[in-house]
Amino acid sequence: MIRFVDVWLKYRHKGEMAASSADVISGVSFDIPDGGFRWLTGASGAGKTSLLKLMYLAEHPYRGRIDILGVQAARISRREAAMLRRRIGVVYQDFRLLPHLSVYDNVALPMRLARRPEKRIRADVSELLHWVGLADKLERRPYELSGGEQQRIAIARAVIGQPHLLLADEPTGNLDDAQADRLMLLITALNRLGTTVVVATHNLTLVQNYPAPCLEIAGGRLVHDG
Amino acid sequence: MADRLLPTLVGAMSFLAALAIAGTLAAASLAAHWQSDTGSALTVQVTDPAEPAAAGNVTRLQAVLSILKASPNVVDSHQLSDDEMNRLLQPWLGATASQLNLPVPAVIAAQWRQPEPPDALAAALDAVAPGTLAETGADWAARVAALTSSIEASAVSVLLIVAAVAGAVISVATRAGLAQRREAIEIVHGLGALDSDIAGSFALRATRLAAVGAAIGALIALPVLFWLARLAAPFAGVLPQTVLPVLPAPLWAALPALPAAAAMIGWGTAQITVRGWLRRLA
Repeated sequence: MIRFVDVWLKYRHKGEMAASSADVISGVSFDIPDGGFRWLTGASGAGKTSLLKLMYLAEHPYRGRIDILGVQAARISRREAAMLRRRIGVVYQDFRLLPHLSVYDNVALPMRLARRPEKRIRADVSELLHWVGLADKLERRPYELSGGEQQRIAIARAVIGQPHLLLADEPTGNLDDAQADRLMLLITALNRLGTTVVVATHNLTLVQNYPAPCLEIAGGRLVHDG
Repeated sequence: MADRLLPTLVGAMSFLAALAIAGTLAAASLAAHWQSDTGSALTVQVTDPAEPAAAGNVTRLQAVLSILKASPNVVDSHQLSDDEMNRLLQPWLGATASQLNLPVPAVIAAQWRQPEPPDALAAALDAVAPGTLAETGADWAARVAALTSSIEASAVSVLLIVAAVAGAVISVATRAGLAQRREAIEIVHGLGALDSDIAGSFALRATRLAAVGAAIGALIALPVLFWLARLAAPFAGVLPQTVLPVLPAPLWAALPALPAAAAMIGWGTAQITVRGWLRRLA
């Protein structure tokens, strides 16, 4: 269960007074049941990425309550927050791959942090990279690959640990239609297996092709839920 | 850049620490050597030694010697010979002081076995030979002890400052490393890395670099310490040819401990710095 109750967020820069910065999320409330799927839509700068950051605990609200996978985010220790993050897969808009690691090591990273056995890591990473069409580029560095290929590495890294919650920020932005369809098949398959999914996009065609409840945000406010 | 500079700076700190430790140990060793010589030394001066004593048919010198020999707290008493007196007075009266027929008092050297001053003995001696002086080196030994304590306190201060500077250097280097790898740290943090995972990785590197730097600094200090030991050898009553044994045994233990101490400072400083930095992340 993901629950937001009257959540407010503003970014405070160093030395800036709290009152002087504007709210980027204003009084947002919604529920997503376990195993649910939600599109998160809205124009650029509407607050989609900020809302996702709140969900993967990269930001904390200054007001309101957030429950992630049944855990009240404000009440957990740093260690518990780290363990909770391991149950969340994130596809970032800018991929956020480690440039000095190979494709294989980037995808294996969440499993290594979770201290999974290397044998299992090798099997899972190989299978997933085969699935996203990058089996022949295991040893390449991310900067040697195209934007679409980097996007697929980011997706593979997000789903490798079979997360309970998958958050994707414009995951099809760098993919062609065939790759986007392939990605959506993977995401919907994970969702059917019980993973809660939130996908932020401004691609309305994608939303129409895969009908699901939608959270629409505008100016930091939730304007549609359903 | 900071990683490459760290061993050099820690090495310099280690070099200074080695000198400070050596200074402390040398001061303590020399002080102990001097104190054992002077603290228990008893010197008795008998004026007009050939004159009759206040009681009996003996000279003042004989009366004083018989009291000293009878005292259980006085050992090894003997009157200084003419040669010994000449050596003693040579700086003031030249090499033949005994031939000048000056009214020089007889001097008796002995060892005093009690920690208290020999006041009762001095009174007994004054009774048989008025004007006789009995002194120990306790005052001189106390001054040496005070000097040693001040040298030790200075050396401990130097060690604390060196440790603090080493910690500051490691902290700055760690911060530089954090700034350089900020994006990577944010990524692994977002993937669920524990603070202890990230801090441990930095601490391991800081520990290794600090230990290597300190080991190099200690090795460079070694020939300097041998040279200083050679200079100090005459004060410790050791011939310069036997310079190696002059280095106190605790120093041989302290030098290998420097890399270990630097490693601990590196580990602790990196842990504190990284964990503090990570707290600024959500």
